[in-house]
Amino acid sequence: MSSAVKGKLIAVIGDEDTVIGFLMSGSGELNKSRQSNYFIYDKNTSLAELEDAIRGFLNRDDIAILLIVQYVADMVRHVIDNYTKLTPAILEIPSKEHAYDPSKDFILKRAQKMFSADDFK
Amino acid sequence: MSGKERFPVFPSRMAQTTMKTRLKGAQTGRNLLKKKADALTIRFRQILKRIIDSKTLMGTVMRDAAFSLAEAKFTMGDFSQQILQNVNKASIKVKAKKDNVAGVQLPIFEALKDGNPSMDLTGLSRGGQQMKKLRDNYEKAVEVLIDLASLQTSFIALDEVIKITNRRVNAIEHVIIPKIENTVRYIISELDEMEREEFFRLKKVQEKNRKVKAEEEKKRQELKEQGLLVEIEAANLIEEEDTDILFK
Repeated sequence: MSSAVKGKLIAVIGDEDTVIGFLMSGSGELNKSRQSNYFIYDKNTSLAELEDAIRGFLNRDDIAILLIVQYVADMVRHVIDNYTKLTPAILEIPSKEHAYDPSKDFILKRAQKMFSADDFK
Repeated sequence: MSGKERFPVFPSRMAQTTMKTRLKGAQTGRNLLKKKADALTIRFRQILKRIIDSKTLMGTVMRDAAFSLAEAKFTMGDFSQQILQNVNKASIKVKAKKDNVAGVQLPIFEALKDGNPSMDLTGLSRGGQQMKKLRDNYEKAVEVLIDLASLQTSFIALDEVIKITNRRVNAIEHVIIPKIENTVRYIISELDEMEREEFFRLKKVQEKNRKVKAEEEKKRQELKEQGLLVEIEAANLIEEEDTDILFK
């Protein structure tokens, strides 16, 4: 596959501002079948649409990293928690309106099970 | 009970040797696996520390980026649609490399830039400076995030492998080694038992022989006393002198 040689994509799911920001950095792409690698979540998006979008991204093999805004990730926590594959890697990012809450992040959750996070500060 | 379990072997010297070799093999294997688990744990802790650092860094970088977006919007009005319309080919991509820690393949992501972002006309009339700042900030954010993603992926992979390794170490230590030791003990005790049996049997046979001999001796003695049996002394060939046949 040609995209494997040239590098993989970073997919973004989030509110409009976050997505725009990442598109500005040049990570957006439309492929030949006009599929985008970003998904804008707004008030009109239904949960089913959101889930479909996430699953769609996770099943694409040209995506290496899936950035997802944390408050959106919270809505589909079950999908993310049940995800066990290594790539694409899911990464939760803070959004403009919502402060980042480390206790919700599934990596830090796992980390805290083993060590207390204070040890590393 | 697991403590009493042993391999189904026939108690023989050969089986004992085989079992001893297996025991040695199991111990070597356990030590190696323990070393592997230690190496992985060291790496794991390093990664964890870096993840926590990066997460803090990510917070700052993302805040800066969001702020510059607000700045740009303030200067230029809403340009979201323009950006969305202009998406074509990604200029930042991710290259996946592999790192090897104690035989575990860890994916490492690297940012790969090719060409300039395509929507260069945005902000042409005004707000070009803000636009550039915005772009730079988000590019930085993407780099931090790519770093974080590779750390996180390594974290998950290592976590899994460490669990598996520890499980194996424990299985060898608490199941396989005791089982082999039990088998060896069983073989030794069984061999000892056989040896004792053999010894006892020999003693028994000797005793029996002695008894039979004594009986015979007695009978002969009796017969002799009665004069029924005359012992014929064997002639002594050395003391008896032969008549010289040749030189007389």
